[in-house]
Amino acid sequence: MSPSVAELLLQRLERTPPGPEGGLCSLEAATALGLDHQTLVGAVKSLQALGEVIEAETRATTRWELSAEGEEVLRDGSPEVRLFHSVPSEGLPQSDAMKLPGAQVGFSKAMANKWLRLDKGAPGGPRIFRAVGAVQDVVQNSLRQVQDGNGDSLSERERTDLKRRKLLLEVGSWRKLPFKAYNFSALGLPPTCGHLHPLLKVRSQLRQIFLEMGFTEMPTDNFVESSFWNFDALFQPQQHPARDQHDTFFLQDPAEAPELPASYMARVKKVHSQGGYGSQGYKYEWKVEEARKNLLRTHTTSASARALYHLARQGKFTPVKYFSIDRVFRNESLDATHLAEFHQVEGVVADRGLTLGHLMGILQQFFTKLGISKLRFKPAYNPYTEPSMEIFSYHEGLKKWVEVGNSGVFRPELLLPMGLPESVSVIAWGLSLERPTMIKYGINNIRELVGHRVNLQMVYDNPLCRLDA
Amino acid sequence: FTADEEFNDLCFEFGLELDEVTSEKDIISKEKGEGKAEGASEAVLYKIDVPANRYDLLCLEGLVRGLQVFKERINLPRYEKIIPAEGEGQKLIITAETVKIRPHAVAAVLRNITFTKERYDSFIDLQEKLHQNICRRRALVAIGTHDLDTIPGPFTFTAKAPSEIKFKPLNQSQEYTASQIMDLYRTDSHLRHYLHLIENKPRYPVIFDSNGVVLSMPPIINGDHSKISLKTRNVFIECTGTDMTKAKIVLDIIVAMFSEYCEKQFTVEAVEVIYPNGKTHIYPELAYRKEKVKPELINKKLGISETPSSLAKLLTRMCLSSHITGNGNSIEIEIPPTRADVIHACDIVEDAAIAYGYNNIQMVIPKTYTIANQLPLNKLTELLRMDLAAAGFTEALTFALCSTEDIADKLGMDISATNAVHIANPKTAEFQVARTTLLPGLLKTIAANRKMPLPLKLFEISDIVVKDLTKGKRSLLGIFCCPGSYCIIHKCSAFFPGRCAEIFARGQSVGKLGVLHPDVITKFELTMPCSALEINIEPFV
Repeated sequence: MSPSVAELLLQRLERTPPGPEGGLCSLEAATALGLDHQTLVGAVKSLQALGEVIEAETRATTRWELSAEGEEVLRDGSPEVRLFHSVPSEGLPQSDAMKLPGAQVGFSKAMANKWLRLDKGAPGGPRIFRAVGAVQDVVQNSLRQVQDGNGDSLSERERTDLKRRKLLLEVGSWRKLPFKAYNFSALGLPPTCGHLHPLLKVRSQLRQIFLEMGFTEMPTDNFVESSFWNFDALFQPQQHPARDQHDTFFLQDPAEAPELPASYMARVKKVHSQGGYGSQGYKYEWKVEEARKNLLRTHTTSASARALYHLARQGKFTPVKYFSIDRVFRNESLDATHLAEFHQVEGVVADRGLTLGHLMGILQQFFTKLGISKLRFKPAYNPYTEPSMEIFSYHEGLKKWVEVGNSGVFRPELLLPMGLPESVSVIAWGLSLERPTMIKYGINNIRELVGHRVNLQMVYDNPLCRLDA
Repeated sequence: FTADEEFNDLCFEFGLELDEVTSEKDIISKEKGEGKAEGASEAVLYKIDVPANRYDLLCLEGLVRGLQVFKERINLPRYEKIIPAEGEGQKLIITAETVKIRPHAVAAVLRNITFTKERYDSFIDLQEKLHQNICRRRALVAIGTHDLDTIPGPFTFTAKAPSEIKFKPLNQSQEYTASQIMDLYRTDSHLRHYLHLIENKPRYPVIFDSNGVVLSMPPIINGDHSKISLKTRNVFIECTGTDMTKAKIVLDIIVAMFSEYCEKQFTVEAVEVIYPNGKTHIYPELAYRKEKVKPELINKKLGISETPSSLAKLLTRMCLSSHITGNGNSIEIEIPPTRADVIHACDIVEDAAIAYGYNNIQMVIPKTYTIANQLPLNKLTELLRMDLAAAGFTEALTFALCSTEDIADKLGMDISATNAVHIANPKTAEFQVARTTLLPGLLKTIAANRKMPLPLKLFEISDIVVKDLTKGKRSLLGIFCCPGSYCIIHKCSAFFPGRCAEIFARGQSVGKLGVLHPDVITKFELTMPCSALEINIEPFV
């Protein structure tokens, strides 16, 4: 059996001194062995794959090659020399000279070299004469040098000049070498890059949707909220189940809110316990101690309440559209679909004469931008909205209607104590950020998406978030 | 359409939710295993979710009545209170001792009722649902129902020292004192949840009949003596509590729902309640309230244009019997005692909308033009997120809640120095505090992703909470799992000595950067060196 290419290569290597100055040039070795260069490179790669058998380094070589025009110059001389030789001692009419092949270039070069002289006033029209006795064809000489493989010894300036005259081609050895076929079915090398979190990509899209719809972002920079803003201001009675320790994280430290707006709070107290503004109230004993209890906000509707209160205090009412997307907290047992903290998306519109039809119209627009257009509305109960409706969307995967959000018209008992005019209605809706994200990306376990147990590979692989597509 | 689908649609339209179609057998086999379900009924059961404010829909009787009226198959019955002739009615006397523990009581009698197994079960079930729901697990109101033929009135609602109360509790074979009863039920899976309501009080509430027989010790247990059964003909109902309004609502609901089965349908016999100050009041109230609403208001709030008479018809279908008054520009609405949820005109508007059908309302887009604005802090955050990702970092999303250990011990700090906000009622150690730094969350993220190739470059921009303001602070954290080298400016327990720096900008300290201390790395169960940078971005807004 004849020795393999790798063996032949190793045999040759054995005869060369080790170290960086020794070694074999793959091109030379391939020629010496009568092999194709790529075959030899293949053998090098397979030896490298064995571990510490050989060392190889890549060396780049550059060669210069003559262009077709360059070949012609090498054979026949440069155009300027040819033109020079075509001019007899008595001179040549310029018009005749210009008919010669390559005369355009030759004339300008010969003139620049001051080899020729032009007599514009000669009888019978402009005439050219030799200005020197003999000339050297430097260009042809240079090209011969290149042809002989000594192109590198030319100065950079000479080479640039030759290249500019399109007499040289810069070629790698690739021109004459065969190449291995690429496997286009392979994955390729992924570029190292950063990634945004899938849930927050959806958040960005939702922010965008609200902005496109003319909604202004509300401040929500307080995870800690007082029960007053979280519940009482929203006309949520103090015995409401949501205010149980079971459902809400109350704070031990700081346990109580330092400041609450006194006169507004008095109006809230009155409407809860005695009614007013056309309401019967809840007829219970409202306690300020309950209202002062600090908690981790259970919804961002508390932020909406603050924003509306602020709006009411501005004096003259101006219609607004507000939105917020932020984290809320529920004292829940964790499982595959529930977390103690999640993100709530909320939209609020305050204007004169808003109807339930307006709320539905906005919801239709909003959800269409989210990629959900098949909507149905179901009556529901929220302590702070009346009428209230849950928004259902037909889920093609589950083949049934699923709840995608909750909405309603804020109760007058909520708005009027703030000082908003009676003619103003406020419509609002909310949804979680997690639910549409899980549906969109087909995630079944929320803990893989949110929190430190996130699967980073999933984050890396997560595609663009385009909700409308 | 199958019957299930048709019923599902009706529920949807009415604001109910058909949760599950099941059977007793299914329920038992799911909860206790296949074997135990042997012989259980296979009759189809619908599990229905009812809005939390509609107490009139908590039993089958109410639900059927509500839906029948909605579909205009029956007219809403009118509940009537029958006041017995002088000296013949039942009386409940409240003594002054109750004031400090359970000051309110109301009562009523259902005469000549006919129970069947189903009706009886539904009656007991409604009490339990009310107890869990509006009564806030009996804290606000507790209901006792008794066989009136076993107990002679007048009845006394008082409060006595635990040792002075002795009776045979429901379904027990012997007498116990109140203190013994509390011990008896300390391990009871059902009743132990109510003991705390009176346990630490010097006196316990108790109701006696004129012979001194104990009817009940609210809110814990009734006496066995007066217990009701399928044979019971006359039911004495008492509701005691701390919230008068809710006690009245609960009583109204029970009698309105089950008066259907009385000989004189939909009638209730009143009871006279005598207060410690000598004043008397007749219960149940069964008050019908009248409200007037302009038809334009309903049309304007909903975006519809119905005639006044059709609006009145819609409301009547929702058990709010209505008719037009004046010259047609006003609707008079009668709110029955079963609809305690109607407290404002907006509640009437909602009922009109439900009857009209939400999905029949024309959708409109509001015409007011508004210019959108981003919150500057969020705008900056979004921009920074993009650039950090462009710099090769991957975004994490960690919890805002954690253990005290995460933000203190593991970072070599004392919890008192963190200025952290503490949660009073955490279910697990993972919810003790709100984070004061993003560092623990990111380190835990790395720990949970040890299988991922290095280097790991993570970042998060989110809020942290510190006590002074209890306002959020937007923090940015980048973490690089592989160390760099930093100059010595700052000493911090979380970082390796000599490889930590404090960052100053805009005239203040904004954050820290450094190589994490090996102790920190180890405590977060990591093995690779990490460097971190955390800054407060708010000064840069």
